[in-house]
Amino acid sequence: MAETTHAHAEHDDHDHKPHGWRRWVFATNHKDIGTMYLVFSCIMFFTGGLFAMTIRAELFKPGLQIVDAGVFNSLTTMHGLVMIFGAIMPAWVGLANWMIPIQIGAPDMALPRLNNLSFWILPFAFVLLLSSWLVPGSAPAGGWTMYPPLTLQLGASFPMLIFAIHMMGISSILGAINVVVTIMNLRAPGMTLMRMPLFVWTWLITAFLLIAVMPVLAGAVTMMLTDHFFGTSFFNAAGGGDPVMFQHIFWFFGHPEVYIMILPGFGVISEIIPAFSRKPLFGYEAMVYATASIAFLSFIVWAHHMFTVGLPLSALLFFMFATMLIAVPTGVKVFNWTATMWRGSLSFEPPMLFSLAFLFLFTIGGFSGLMLALVPADFQYQDTYFVVAHFHYVLVSGSAFAIMAAVYYWLPKWVGRMYDMRLATWHFWLSAIFFNVLFFPQHFLGLAGMPRRIPDYAVQFADWNMVSSIGGFVFGLSQLLFPYIIWKCVRSGKRVEGTRAWEGARGLEWELPSPAPYHSWTTPPTEAMIARGAEH
Amino acid sequence: MASNAHAPDSQHYYVPHGSPWPIVAAIALFTLMWGAVAYLDNWGGAWVFLPGPLLLLFMFGGWFHTVIGENQLGIYNTQVDRSFRMGMLWFIFSEVMFFGAFFGALFYARVLAVPWLGGAGARGLTNLILWPKYEAAWPTNGPGHVGGDSFQAMSAYGIAAINTLILLTSGLTVTIAHHALRAGNRGRLKLFLALTFVLGFCFVALQGHEYYDAYTKLNLRLTTGIYGSTFFMLTGFHGLHVTIGAIMLLVVWLRVLRGHFTPRQHFAFEAVSWYWHFVDVVWLGLFVFVYWL
Amino acid sequence: MYRARLGIRPGIWLGIAALLAAAWTASPAMALDADNPGSSGWRLLNLPVGVTSISRDVYRIHMIGLWVCVAIGILVFGVMIWSIVFHRQSSGAVADVTLVHNTKVEIIWTTIPVLILIGMAIPAAHGLVLISDDSHSQLDIKVTGFQWGWHYEYVGTGVSLVSKLDAKSMAASELDSGISPYSVPHYLRNVDHPLVVPVGTKIRLLIGAVDVIHSWWVPDFGIKKDAIPGYINQSWFEVDADKPGVYRGQCAELCGRGHGYMPIVVDAVSKADFQAWLKREAAAEKAATARASSS
Ligand code: HEA
Ligand code: HEA
Ligand code: CUA
Ligand SMILES: [Cu+2]
Repeated sequence: MAETTHAHAEHDDHDHKPHGWRRWVFATNHKDIGTMYLVFSCIMFFTGGLFAMTIRAELFKPGLQIVDAGVFNSLTTMHGLVMIFGAIMPAWVGLANWMIPIQIGAPDMALPRLNNLSFWILPFAFVLLLSSWLVPGSAPAGGWTMYPPLTLQLGASFPMLIFAIHMMGISSILGAINVVVTIMNLRAPGMTLMRMPLFVWTWLITAFLLIAVMPVLAGAVTMMLTDHFFGTSFFNAAGGGDPVMFQHIFWFFGHPEVYIMILPGFGVISEIIPAFSRKPLFGYEAMVYATASIAFLSFIVWAHHMFTVGLPLSALLFFMFATMLIAVPTGVKVFNWTATMWRGSLSFEPPMLFSLAFLFLFTIGGFSGLMLALVPADFQYQDTYFVVAHFHYVLVSGSAFAIMAAVYYWLPKWVGRMYDMRLATWHFWLSAIFFNVLFFPQHFLGLAGMPRRIPDYAVQFADWNMVSSIGGFVFGLSQLLFPYIIWKCVRSGKRVEGTRAWEGARGLEWELPSPAPYHSWTTPPTEAMIARGAEH
Repeated sequence: MASNAHAPDSQHYYVPHGSPWPIVAAIALFTLMWGAVAYLDNWGGAWVFLPGPLLLLFMFGGWFHTVIGENQLGIYNTQVDRSFRMGMLWFIFSEVMFFGAFFGALFYARVLAVPWLGGAGARGLTNLILWPKYEAAWPTNGPGHVGGDSFQAMSAYGIAAINTLILLTSGLTVTIAHHALRAGNRGRLKLFLALTFVLGFCFVALQGHEYYDAYTKLNLRLTTGIYGSTFFMLTGFHGLHVTIGAIMLLVVWLRVLRGHFTPRQHFAFEAVSWYWHFVDVVWLGLFVFVYWL
Repeated sequence: MYRARLGIRPGIWLGIAALLAAAWTASPAMALDADNPGSSGWRLLNLPVGVTSISRDVYRIHMIGLWVCVAIGILVFGVMIWSIVFHRQSSGAVADVTLVHNTKVEIIWTTIPVLILIGMAIPAAHGLVLISDDSHSQLDIKVTGFQWGWHYEYVGTGVSLVSKLDAKSMAASELDSGISPYSVPHYLRNVDHPLVVPVGTKIRLLIGAVDVIHSWWVPDFGIKKDAIPGYINQSWFEVDADKPGVYRGQCAELCGRGHGYMPIVVDAVSKADFQAWLKREAAAEKAATARASSS
């Protein structure tokens, strides 16, 4: 024991930050790593956004004007991959890194070096993926869902795609293990499970989903790799395999994946709405159980992406019912948020505005999801712009808006400065309105019969496509405000006084000074601090 | 559990200093992946694949060296130890899911795809229209006889049965070694740990022999339709895990020889033995569903 | 403590501006194309009702789903908007911090959605059973997708045809072709040889593919089924006897560069016309094979 204390003494007096590039490249501090994740995610959001802008420009009017049909498919594919694996997921991991140790009263993440590794794999993975634009045959063009046999037809980019996916998978698994272990092992005394903030709860469940399904994706793409290069027959009927088998394995990953992208968002919204309603969250326990139910159900609904592949009737019925059931726990969440606002004392700062937009628009996306779950109707919707509209409502106005809400909520805590709220409000309104101009007409396009993943379309689809593209351009340009506002805040924002940036904010993060000290809770928070945060 | 974890010493949860090893690991992985891409895309000879594994080995050596050093210094308290254990368990869970994907493929092929190709069930017309001469059976290399007209299935009663015995025994020996470690009986520990990894390497050698037979005598290859695909991918990934596990056991044994581990703190030993049991259980699944049934 | 100074004011202005802009762009187009349905898309907002019993069923299920969602939406959004309008700090609302839990309400808003869902699931399941019943077909057509077109074979008649994007669309669809898509009739939705089928006849499709996955979809028939290489999927439709006409669809599964250029055109004709067409085709095919073997 004597040597142990000695070692502690040695390490405790290193409270100063490491400087220069080492601070980032060798980082073990959860805040530094969180920051790197968030910056990376932002870069990827703009990269994926650039692809999306090119897509919208090409679809501005009928006829091919900008890119060749093959390049268009690459754009669609890369847009999906970059947004999902590069923008949304790393943003959540970044927020987890920043907030979870603070919110549970821990000194850092449980496995700091692993944490560094999880992050640094990512930029390399995306260098690998994005450099596929340069190889003969250009970037992957089989859709982000990578269905064989089409994806097996790729040229030199094929192994780049597979190995990039492997790297992202390793990164996610390691990151998720870290989150689970941190939450299970590093909670401050008195921070019981049922006192944890919902962001921590939702991330715990998300991390479990990640550990469960990322390896399955790795398995699926490995089979594809061996089918392509080593003559196996997993997805080849002549050898006794089945192309549809890939879809089953992929969606066993893919459906939980979409909840991986939204559950932490549910957590964020559950923090912000109470804060700006000045009222504790309604139905805390129900929220926890609802999240767990959603996660459980997410494992048994995967084939709702495959209603048209020729499943047996019994399977269609099962997957339809199971999918519809998810509306119940999700509804519980929506109702609880609504009840939290009910008879509150609301104010509309940017985090709240983004959360409210989430509430309305995610619910609309959920509704279209429910319609998609009705198998006979899905026969009409599947692979049309109706689906594209659905998932952008849940992903952009769901996940992405929740991330923006989170950043606007916690930024003052991170940097100890307040951002330009006026500009942020404009960012919000431009985003919220032009998001709808961008994606609402896509419902019409899909119902009218426009398939997704096409570079060109029949002229009757021209009008709504043009509206959608205009909405897209304005939405995209508005996003430039976001990094600008953050930059301005970091450089010259007004200093935040006290620990609490928002009057209604509760939780351990608001017990720490702003900016949060480099090492979070070197001594655990007091019982009183925890109790203040867990008033529910 | 969490609350009693926070005995006073846990105020000093060990947050390590910056370390170069993670970034080396990321670069090693990147090099490995690029090497594989370059090799598979024919951008160079086989040598392009080499730097990745070498870097990876270097990294593992360096990282483990650091961690073992820190451990020997006694920097890690029980709470850190628990983080490591939990991390290992969740890692093993992720490995289980990885194997789950391949077992899923096996079951899908056997229960759904092959019967459909043979004319049963919802997509039964497939047989009538596309593969009229094909009769569903397992093992099969599919209606197109991919990989050759005839092949023989791998028997469950030859090497596979012996290997089952070997792995089960090794599960036992590692447990005995663990008990010995906890009881402070170092001699017994050394002996049974050595037995364990020797058994592990025997398993790998026998499996190599089995593969050799498959290729030379049974005309059974990776390319032998869905049977060959599932057989070699499942047993191959398992064999890879056995190899890694046996190497880790060897490293732990070397550490035991150097006097590492105490009856109360021996995370590395436990982690490896969990891993070994996991490999064992996967094998049982393989034996039943790949070889036997 | 920080307060928002702008709050929801920009939203009102931007919202009004966006609506005006929408009205301004949409109105002339609406008026202009009132009697030329082919060229304007403003009024294409919903699923087609279609020309088969299945498509009408699907339409009904779709509308049930839509209206249920609209109704729940009005309710939920109504409550939210109520709070936003009447429970604002700026208008002096004081938060009722005791309102954190209410078992009765929570049970209600868990069970009622379940009941609603059951109500939606029943017609959906019923429709699905009808769609799945492809027995007693009167005509079998084997449909094979390829990169990029469709091969149709009238099973048992020896008649088959290959159907690809028509030449005019093809020329106009080139990158920077200089040809206006508006000048091409049924741009990208026209083929060289349409599939000809009789109305009032239950037709079973045996759907497969040779290279990658495609998907056969005609919205007016209410069916879509993937074409999987190495497997056969089944589907069926029966065009109303009084609705002969030309029905168009597109390949609905990403299948490579030509995915957007793989339309489906079905010419539904009277039974008599169909028989005549089939006879002509059979004769032509026979002549062609004879010519091929003699030369
Ligand atoms: C964040 C991501 C996210 C989320 C949360 C969801 C949520 C849901 N999704 Fe979505 N989905 C995607 C991302 C997501 N989806 C993506 C990316 C795709 C396309 C992938 C691809 O092909 O590329 C897709 C595709 C997709 C399909 C396949 C479409 C097709 O290709 O044919 C289906 C079909 O069932 C579906 C259903 C649902 C359902 C039922 C929900 C439910 O969870 C929604 C539940 C929510 C609500 C219902 C609203 C709130 C509830 C209430 C207010 C309660 C009362 C309501 C009722 C009783 C009606 N989704
Ligand atoms: C979380 C994920 C996410 C996010 C945030 C987005 C955001 C956007 N998506 Fe996304 N999208 C997907 C996930 C996502 N998408 C997925 C999974 C698919 C399916 C892929 C597949 O089929 O395989 C898809 C497919 C998809 C399609 C269908 C393509 C097709 O089927 O061919 C379209 C078309 O409009 C589209 C548009 C957009 C637009 C305009 C945005 C905008 O919200 C983007 C806004 C952001 C920016 C624009 C960046 C910021 C600004 C700049 C870079 C400055 C320059 C700006 C200008 C020049 C104006 N997406
Ligand atoms: Cu054929 Cu898309
Ligand atoms: Cu899904």
